[in-house]
Amino acid sequence: MMALSVDAGDRAAAVKRVQTRSLAMAVFGLVLLVVLSLSSLVLGARPVAVSTVVDALFAYDGNLVDHIVVMDYRLPRTLLSLLCGAAFGVSGALIQAATRNPLADPGILGVNAGAAFFVTLAVGLFGVQSIDAYLWFALLGAVLVTLAVYGLGMAGGTMAGRGGATPVRLVLAGVALSAVLGGIGSSITLLNPQAFDAMRQWSIGSVAGRNMAVVIAIGPLIGIGLVIALLSARSLNAVALGEDLARALGASLVRTRILTLLAVTLLAGAGTAACGPIGFIGLMVPHAVRWFTGPDQRLILPMTMIYAPVLLLIADIAGRLVLYPGELEAGIVTAFLGAPVLIALSRRRQAGGL
Amino acid sequence: MTVPSSRSRPHSHPPHSPKIDFGRAFLTVRLLSDRLSWRLDGRALILMLVLLGLTAALAGLSLLSGKYPIALDQVLWALAGKGEDMVRMIVVEWRLPRVALAILLGAALGTSGAIFQSLTRNPLGSPDIIGFSAGSYTGALMVILIFSGGYYETALGALAGGIITATAVYLLAWRQGVEGFRLIVVGIGVAAMLSAFNAWMIREADLAVAMAAAIWGAGSLNGLGTEQLLPVALMLCVLLPLTLFLSRPMRQLELGEDAALASGVDAGRTRLLLMVLGVALTALVTASAGPISFIALCAPQIARRMTRSAGVALLPSALTGGLMLLAADWAAQHALGVQLPVGVMTVSIGGVYFLWLLIREGRK
Repeated sequence: MMALSVDAGDRAAAVKRVQTRSLAMAVFGLVLLVVLSLSSLVLGARPVAVSTVVDALFAYDGNLVDHIVVMDYRLPRTLLSLLCGAAFGVSGALIQAATRNPLADPGILGVNAGAAFFVTLAVGLFGVQSIDAYLWFALLGAVLVTLAVYGLGMAGGTMAGRGGATPVRLVLAGVALSAVLGGIGSSITLLNPQAFDAMRQWSIGSVAGRNMAVVIAIGPLIGIGLVIALLSARSLNAVALGEDLARALGASLVRTRILTLLAVTLLAGAGTAACGPIGFIGLMVPHAVRWFTGPDQRLILPMTMIYAPVLLLIADIAGRLVLYPGELEAGIVTAFLGAPVLIALSRRRQAGGL
Repeated sequence: MTVPSSRSRPHSHPPHSPKIDFGRAFLTVRLLSDRLSWRLDGRALILMLVLLGLTAALAGLSLLSGKYPIALDQVLWALAGKGEDMVRMIVVEWRLPRVALAILLGAALGTSGAIFQSLTRNPLGSPDIIGFSAGSYTGALMVILIFSGGYYETALGALAGGIITATAVYLLAWRQGVEGFRLIVVGIGVAAMLSAFNAWMIREADLAVAMAAAIWGAGSLNGLGTEQLLPVALMLCVLLPLTLFLSRPMRQLELGEDAALASGVDAGRTRLLLMVLGVALTALVTASAGPISFIALCAPQIARRMTRSAGVALLPSALTGGLMLLAADWAAQHALGVQLPVGVMTVSIGGVYFLWLLIREGRK
């Protein structure tokens, strides 16, 4: 039980304790990221020595198979894990904070459904068959459908909403439009074996088999999204107190909402376009992080930015080892690694709601 | 469905009790010398009558249409047990059971959605949060892909998978009682693992078998008939009244655990009972027709918006669910020329209607 009255000294000490713990966790997480990134370059069906990895990075020789493996296969997927991990995690944290709904995941605004629908169309109607081409269809779909969801969620009303109805309406509009597109998409795939085959692969989500062009295409989008996210952390803290209090505190609800939604679209859209839907990261990591940092978004967002890529990197590396020399997609491994951690954390005594 | 009117008597106000103005029309029904009483919202009552009327009309249309179109008068003769043998067989033995199943299963889904949205106080709440759907799909996939089982084996596998998963989620979330938020998080975790496993099984399987499994996964009424109608109807006769009896404690629970306890509701037991009923209703549908998605999520919200009530309501949700599934099944059979699984249609029809409601609400 929490004591209702805490005197100022205790309060300051408690804040200090959280800050120290968060700093320690951030440092630990960053070290972990470096170690994992290096392991991701080294480990796989064809193990490469650390010294060779360093050579490949700084003195690339296109005649050596090991160098090609590192630069053309392992480096893109490592960078993708870092970028998309952060993107999925932070977009999840943002959407949970903005809608104040713990069940919200980045897919809720129609990002996943839009991306999947356009990839289905690309395969089913246009016969497109390469992951690089999927990228652009998926990105286009994610952006168009998210825009449509905003339009529907706001139809007739303003962003400020009345009595806080807007976030709920937005979420419901996202769910409904996702369902419609999902229904049309599955009637296409159920009647077209080739599309079904492509979608059962794409919908699992993986960072493997993407080249450097994919990284370069989505890198800037994710970078902008992350910066916007960090800048809106303060206002999101105000939003967490409820619409009226947030207004009273001087936070601009409209601006916060527009910025948050823009960031979610950029992050989740780019992430899903590159890797397919690995939605569980966005649901899980913010919940897990919140139980250590408390409800302050200025801590939650940076910590998510560190630990979400940690989860995706571990999942990708573990996926290369469990079926050695075959591979299991990161989208599958993420759930099996992340879910037990999430469940164990939720059973701790201190764990609370949003 | 509601109350036998012959035993009800109009509510008369004793002179000392002031008449309360609820701001909208109400009908109060008292039975067994006030031991059972209902207060029926005027708007909800009218809506339910309209829904029943629409359902009846659509049921009539479903009986008429098909490969052998049958005229209305012949359908009516057939229902009365007269007319040509051939027509009677088509109407009464082929089409009627399927129409009845669509209404009943839809009602079950709407009710179970209303239960879970009330329990979680979240418009995204559905039986999925306790992992039932993902678990039943896992069970069914294992039966279809590994043992190449038929209809009954698949139903059994789905039931086992769903119930095991729901129990596991409940037990994992148990810690001196089950708190709503922890239940949600545990449910998310378990469902994520199972969905990943399902996606992997679908990917590894032979393409044709995987597509057959995906059709089951979409939910379909194709090939269902009298054989399934009887058990479904019997189960619903037990489950729906039990749920309605809990509708009042359910309302109290929406006010929060403490408020519910203060008004004399055993919060823990009520929540468990409601959850068991919600899962049983979903299980019934999943076993007989596969996991038809979206009605559980959408029907309570549509009903809430049409009745303009503060929370989700059981009976309007049930009627909306029944109408939705009936409409979706008609469209799945006749609208596109190819027979599609009804689950594909429920999401499209329900989703479009729901979007329209949201837009109209925003205009106000």
